[in-house]
Amino acid sequence: MKRSVLQIESLRVSFRIQDEYYAAVDDVSLTVHENEVLAIVGESGCGKSALALSIIGLHPPERTKLEGTVVFKGKNLLTQSVQALNQIRGKDIGMVFQDPLTALNPLMTVGKQIEESMDYHTTLSTAEKRNRTLELLEQVGISNPSQTYDRYPHELSGGMRQRIVIAIAIACNPALLIADEPTTALDVTIQAQIISLLKNLQQQLNTGILLITHDLGVVAEMADRVAVMYGGEIVELADVHTLFTRPLHPYTRSLLQSIPSLQTPKETLHVIQGIVPPLTKLPRTGCRFRSRISWIHESKHEPHPILREVEPNHWVRCTCYQHFYFPDGGEKA
Amino acid sequence: MVKFILRRIMMMIPQLFVLSVLIFLLAKAMPGDALTGQLANNPKMDAQTLAEMREKLGLNDPLYVQYTRWIKNLLHGDLGLSYVHQQPVTDLLAGRMWNTILLSLCILVLTYAIAVPLGVISGRWQDSWADKLIVGYSYVSFATPLFIFALIMLFLFGFKLGWFPTGGSVDIQLEEGTFDYYISKLNHLLLPSLSGALISTVGIIQYLRSEIIDTKVKDFVRTARAKGVPEAKIYSRHILRNSFLPIAAFLGYEITGLIGGSVFLESIFSYPGIGQLFLQSIMQRDYSVVTALVMISGLATLIGTLLSDIILSVVDPRIRIE
Amino acid sequence: MTFLRVNQLKVHYPVRGGFFRKVIGHVKAVDGISFELKKGETYGLVGESGCGKTTTGRTIIGLVKATAGEILFDGKDLTKLSRREFVQYRKDIQMIFQDPYSSLNPRKRVLDIVAEPLRNFEKLSPQEEKQKVQGLIEKVGLHSDSVYKYPHEFSGGQRQRIGIARALTLNPKLIIADEPVSALDVSVQAQVLNFMKDIQKEFQLTYLFISHDLGIIRYMCDRIGIMYRGQFVEEGTKDEIFHDPKHIYTKRLLASIPNADPLRRQEQQKLRQQIEKDYEQLYSRYFDAEGRVYPLKRISETHSVAIP
Repeated sequence: MKRSVLQIESLRVSFRIQDEYYAAVDDVSLTVHENEVLAIVGESGCGKSALALSIIGLHPPERTKLEGTVVFKGKNLLTQSVQALNQIRGKDIGMVFQDPLTALNPLMTVGKQIEESMDYHTTLSTAEKRNRTLELLEQVGISNPSQTYDRYPHELSGGMRQRIVIAIAIACNPALLIADEPTTALDVTIQAQIISLLKNLQQQLNTGILLITHDLGVVAEMADRVAVMYGGEIVELADVHTLFTRPLHPYTRSLLQSIPSLQTPKETLHVIQGIVPPLTKLPRTGCRFRSRISWIHESKHEPHPILREVEPNHWVRCTCYQHFYFPDGGEKA
Repeated sequence: MVKFILRRIMMMIPQLFVLSVLIFLLAKAMPGDALTGQLANNPKMDAQTLAEMREKLGLNDPLYVQYTRWIKNLLHGDLGLSYVHQQPVTDLLAGRMWNTILLSLCILVLTYAIAVPLGVISGRWQDSWADKLIVGYSYVSFATPLFIFALIMLFLFGFKLGWFPTGGSVDIQLEEGTFDYYISKLNHLLLPSLSGALISTVGIIQYLRSEIIDTKVKDFVRTARAKGVPEAKIYSRHILRNSFLPIAAFLGYEITGLIGGSVFLESIFSYPGIGQLFLQSIMQRDYSVVTALVMISGLATLIGTLLSDIILSVVDPRIRIE
Repeated sequence: MTFLRVNQLKVHYPVRGGFFRKVIGHVKAVDGISFELKKGETYGLVGESGCGKTTTGRTIIGLVKATAGEILFDGKDLTKLSRREFVQYRKDIQMIFQDPYSSLNPRKRVLDIVAEPLRNFEKLSPQEEKQKVQGLIEKVGLHSDSVYKYPHEFSGGQRQRIGIARALTLNPKLIIADEPVSALDVSVQAQVLNFMKDIQKEFQLTYLFISHDLGIIRYMCDRIGIMYRGQFVEEGTKDEIFHDPKHIYTKRLLASIPNADPLRRQEQQKLRQQIEKDYEQLYSRYFDAEGRVYPLKRISETHSVAIP
């Protein structure tokens, strides 16, 4: 049994929109273990990024409400002061962001940006910090570290910049890495390199990775376990193999059928009816996915759906999955 | 860098040429010439003498001949003769130029010294009472015309309270070079430059405030937070440096604005600078002075924009000048 | 039947430098590419960012000026036409843009957005115009009342369909779709792609489909051209490209795509490493001394590869 590094319990993240709070993440419980990649997958507006940012308190506090607990190294992160959080951010928890161009300060050399977290979390001397930075640059696959050290972000390619962002995140050997769409802004060949880099680092550093993505291909390549989110809730949670071979929740199944895959070409892609409702109009009771599968009778849904373990380590929300079928003739292989 | 500056300076040559032609033609198109003014001052002059003098001064030559002569003299530092003051324009300008440069520098320093802290406070603690106060101040100063504000300042601090002198650039009884002389110079500068600065801060405060508010939510600031950088350092190392970029570039353009402002300020405070001279010369149709001054302000504008570009290239590594 | 023929197309941008800003070199965005589109087919242009695929599309529609080469459409060379003559052909070639959020004017109603091309080319009475627009809007699956709404009232997928309705108003023959779904969520992506396939049959459209996503290209296209640094590295039918890639660059591109089967992760990883090794070892067989690819060489009726 692997040790857990992060336990999220009944987390609710609400944002104030015109004097009212709406939950973007609604009662989510998850555990990330060491040396494991837990992927959270879903479409825009499902709450996956809101979840990721809330863990280290990166939402603007004046319009965000956090409930539940996020336990890391015995502390509930949600109740920590900013000063206390700053001791953890960048040191024990590293974060990789989506767009490597905007995620880096345009006026600072990349070397200085990597060193910055060491300024606050270590007592290394200037020369030691520089050496460690050069070491990190090499570790993330940059071939000429000492030249790159003095470069500005705009002088590097997209793939190089993402390597810098990763170097920043792992600078202090964090126990947990949160990667928010780490490959979305990159070309496929670069994406493949970044995926294998993250996998290697995970094994070398024994890090737990929370991977946030909309790309099921990236999930299939990287994840050990997967949580599928819809409307702020987890609708399905399973190990990666189970999720791809025996998906149960209607949303997971629909999603898998709507992707034009390379390995298994489809004649027509499945289209999910309707649209993802905006945060303010999200149904708060019953199965949140029901309006998107209107051909399934109301009575097949649970009135208060819960995430249930339907087989060992395979969790599904709502009973509607037992009755779900595709209106246009089922899944095509 | 040196290459870039040289190229920019070379590019200024055609710009200055076009400017000079325009100024020359405008001066010629204005009713009357240098001698018309003479006529009014000197009733003994008759039409015969006038015509002779015109011929002698070359005012009957074709325009291009007159233009080349003017330009040639200009390049030799000869800006012509002021007919009102009866002395070479160059001599007329020399002393006043320094006064104006001094005043402009004072305004510039004061403007940034006031605007930068206010802009930073306003942007960082957005919607706080301090921010509301600062925004309120900038609205008031935005709505107040410079010459009215300067008059109020002059009336209040110059005449009513008597804290500052109401005219001139230095106490004439003092000997040049003494300590008291410089103190007196500064004392004469304070009120006009404070009046100018308090009005011109508004642009920089608003600009800086909105830059900071924009930068606060940028992705790289989030990256810095995720690194565990303390809030004070987030501002000093990340937000402020990026927010200052456009302000720094603004500096060069500010110079252009100062020239316009000096016309009002110097006239109101009877400060002997080129702004005051400009207004007087226009009223007295002293065209040789006017053209010289327009030419100088054109040159200052060009240098200002060059300065802006150079500053920007120094502070922003993304703008490379080879 | 050849419908559009691009012949040795080049788009070069000058690079200036030195004291007098003299032209010291060129960025070769598109560097001598040739391909043909047959009526009713979907031709996919694939490559990574900066390979010149978008520039190619924009040159065909006249948004970018060609430096050299021909674009033959209905037997006429579009690059040689005057502005006025070109406008006539613009009716037949329309474009669908990537970002449905920024490509529609937020201050205009759907009616005005969709009718805009009509107003440029045809004189219709307001009633006729409204009828035509409502017909199109229904065709793209939106309610006919939508014509009075503004773009922000629609979702991303709906907006992209409004963009498609606008492209359809003048009954074009060729549609250039530049990454039409890459800004959309996967489920919405499926909706737009299916819809594009449906209208292709109905309106007998020919597509030039530009994308970086090989999964989508495979779903949509009949024939595919792979671009690298402004040149073609390989061209062939869907099956040839996906089952029998010949150029190392194509192989590398295909191997980079995530495998949707998590059980074959190791296998995929090995394949990638193998190809990466080949790429390094056999580099000189596929690229010349300057790192450019060789001219295309025909290896079968439909399949061409850039090898010496």
